[in-house]
Amino acid sequence: MATQHSRSAARLMMAPAVVLLLGWMLVPLTMTLYFSFKKYLPLRGGDLGWVGFENYVRFVTSSAFWPSIQTTLVLVGGVLIITTVLGILLALLLDQPMWGQGPVRILVIAPFFVMPTVSALVWKNFFMDANYGLFSYLWEFFGAEPIQWLSQASMPSLVLIVSWQWLPFATLILLTAIQSLDSEQLEAAEMDGAPALKRFWFIILPHLSRAISVVILIQTIFLLGIFAEIFVTTGGAFGTKTLTYLIYQRVLESQNIGLGSAGGVYAIILANIVAIFLMRIVGKNLDN
Amino acid sequence: MARAVTTQRKAINTALAWAIGLLIFFPILWTILTSFKTEATAIADPPVFFFFDWTLENYGVVMERSNYGKFLWNSIAIAGGSTLLGVIIAVPAAWSMAFVPGRRTKDILLWMLSTKMLPAVGVLYPIYLLFIKLGILDSKIGLIIVLMLINLPIIVWMLYTYFREIPGEILEAARMDGAGLKEEIIHVLTPMALPGIASTVLLNLILAWNEAFWTLNLTAAEAAPLTAFIASYSSPEGLFFAKLSAASTMAIAPILILGWFSQKQLVRGLTFGAVK
Amino acid sequence: MGRIVLEKVVKRFGEAEVIPPLDLTIEDGEFTVFVGPSGCGKSTLLRLIAGLEDTTDGRIVIDGKDATGLPPAKRGLAMVFQSYALYPHMSVRKNIAFPMKMAGMDQAEQDRRIAKAAGALNLTDYLDRKPGQLSGGQRQRVAIGRAIVREPSAFLFDEPLSNLDAALRVGMRMEISELHKKLATTMVYVTHDQVEAMTMADKIVVLRAGHVEQVGSPLELYRTPRNTFVASFIGSPKMNLIEGPEAAKHDAHTIGIRPEHIDVSSESGLWSGVVGVAEHLGSDTFFHIHETGLAETITVRADGEVSLTHGDKIYLTPRPDVIHRFSADGLRMKDELAVA
Repeated sequence: MATQHSRSAARLMMAPAVVLLLGWMLVPLTMTLYFSFKKYLPLRGGDLGWVGFENYVRFVTSSAFWPSIQTTLVLVGGVLIITTVLGILLALLLDQPMWGQGPVRILVIAPFFVMPTVSALVWKNFFMDANYGLFSYLWEFFGAEPIQWLSQASMPSLVLIVSWQWLPFATLILLTAIQSLDSEQLEAAEMDGAPALKRFWFIILPHLSRAISVVILIQTIFLLGIFAEIFVTTGGAFGTKTLTYLIYQRVLESQNIGLGSAGGVYAIILANIVAIFLMRIVGKNLDN
Repeated sequence: MARAVTTQRKAINTALAWAIGLLIFFPILWTILTSFKTEATAIADPPVFFFFDWTLENYGVVMERSNYGKFLWNSIAIAGGSTLLGVIIAVPAAWSMAFVPGRRTKDILLWMLSTKMLPAVGVLYPIYLLFIKLGILDSKIGLIIVLMLINLPIIVWMLYTYFREIPGEILEAARMDGAGLKEEIIHVLTPMALPGIASTVLLNLILAWNEAFWTLNLTAAEAAPLTAFIASYSSPEGLFFAKLSAASTMAIAPILILGWFSQKQLVRGLTFGAVK
Repeated sequence: MGRIVLEKVVKRFGEAEVIPPLDLTIEDGEFTVFVGPSGCGKSTLLRLIAGLEDTTDGRIVIDGKDATGLPPAKRGLAMVFQSYALYPHMSVRKNIAFPMKMAGMDQAEQDRRIAKAAGALNLTDYLDRKPGQLSGGQRQRVAIGRAIVREPSAFLFDEPLSNLDAALRVGMRMEISELHKKLATTMVYVTHDQVEAMTMADKIVVLRAGHVEQVGSPLELYRTPRNTFVASFIGSPKMNLIEGPEAAKHDAHTIGIRPEHIDVSSESGLWSGVVGVAEHLGSDTFFHIHETGLAETITVRADGEVSLTHGDKIYLTPRPDVIHRFSADGLRMKDELAVA
């Protein structure tokens, strides 16, 4: 509700943000679409003309495509399962009365603020290095043969690193959600004779359902775009080439722009499917 | 629950939570500790924890050898510049959406958020090409613009949620009291929203500081920030554990401290208000 | 001077017509109350007068000048909001000074007016506090102070007492009434509480769905409600509305009789029923009576000492001279001469 005067002022003040984002979305998107229908090799002849859907077909039929999808699914799925489950448990624990709750929270959240390149390097060298990593010492201590983590168990290692980065996010959001639960509800359930496990299952978990779906959706969007961690640890070798990394290699390493762009369009479609679900939840929340 | 808990149970909670907390924090702690070791101690078998000769030597070497100051300055300029620019563009937009909502406001807001979901790799080449054409590849201004654009939806969104908490009646009261649009924003809205604006700035500094797709792909020697500086250590031949630790510690310390202040805002900013 | 005239004022939000063409005159110095159930358009009407909403059509004339297109600040009105709308980051003094600062008034005059307003509103000791440190009643006074210092041609109040607790509300009601007597400035007051309307107003405007149902002094509305809506909205407890054969006896579709206009007896009377709930307030007793054959419940206000309780048989006799008659479309019919 407002007057005509304030409405026109509002439109004017909103314009810069809208125009910029519209440009940011449309210009590169149009270019990607344009390139995706071309054979375009900047280092080997440049623009070699229109090829229709050939790039789209070639991208999905290339031998690297299905493994990259599998890698992406393992990475995203693995991290989601680990962070969500551990996040719920950790949030429940942190919600309990204890001494030094504030400091513990800080300890738990800290990894989220570490830049991706640093956390990848720290894990790669200090923990997973076959000669000097702490894991090797640990394995040797128990008499086991040290493992070449990033080559022999590349995916579990990557999942571990990324989970470490994202567990704080899941925990923090789920903790916020738990704390918003009306404690009278739990007390009522207790009066009704529900034991702790049932209280968790029938009251806390349903209350968390929206927070959990938000955690999953937002993480999915970020995890689909994971780049620096792979770039620093394996460079895409040893079966760690995700869809994002494959496209990156097509575009910048082998400079096959048409093929990479077609891959980019696939990635955009994939992200949009997730985004639709997320936007629905956000939109519902806007109404009240 | 407002109820007395037995000391025993509280002690168990405390022990468990601290153990897990320290476990999660351990990689960071280990990095910081290693940064104060000599290279020999850093790879000692068995590993040493606290009882070694602490040295600042690594910090000195990293700063001297690798031009750390330049990377640091690039990080500050890029994160600070993109955040500042973003806030300047977002404040008027968020004001409009919060206080003069129209039929389209919700759609515009959701659309803005959805641009945040655009996978970077999908538009990597166009941006790369545009940067070359515009001559801003490997320049701070180019990265400031890109990071501003990718964080603008979050800035608008966060400011919007903060502004919405300011009752519209107060702004109407200001209008009745004779304040024009400019006075309304300067004397009433901005002072009231200052904590919210500060939190928004904080969270976006963190996000921009840690951004590691565009900063890695669009910079080389000139504009590379700390993310790229650290990535350059990944080549095995240049690897020294203690020095790597010192470099890492210096790269994450500022943001770790800022981050601790912004826990609450993190939830608000990154869930787009879907979790309260 | 503060004569406000609305001429064929219309407000539409998109398709929805919130205020259909409406004419109203608020005389200078009058205390006018807009009353009606929530969603009746009373607040919108006030905001149209304030200039916080555009009128879709029609004219608003303030002090003889067309103010329809003027921004709020140029209309010479002051408003007290439901939430008080104090600036939380400013002290009480700065809050009160804000409109004068915006008008560029010189400092000495500002200080003089602040001192005067603070004295009148018992705020002198609180001038350097922030609104967050004040009680609800004090905040209310600051909001009024902020309005007074502008010396407006009219005050607009948007449900100013609804955030206060019951006891405080009664006190503030009196303060605002006294303020009106002292300043003799036009006041337009919006409320959904008919008690506030009855106790404060010179003139009440009853609104429903944007329509003016009736305009008049409190007692006019009480004595001669123009239709069943006004009849049941004004007065507490609500007027009893009775349809059917009993109404037909009075040649009406509906008859209305106020709870205080029915005499009760435990032995005999015109109507009879069974006491459902008896609310003993000490000074009065309210009986909610069932099984009368007239309406589901008949409410009666009786003397405080009447000791009938739940389940007792009760006899009722309406006073014939205060029976209101309404036609099938709910409109008031001419008063009948006494019925035998």
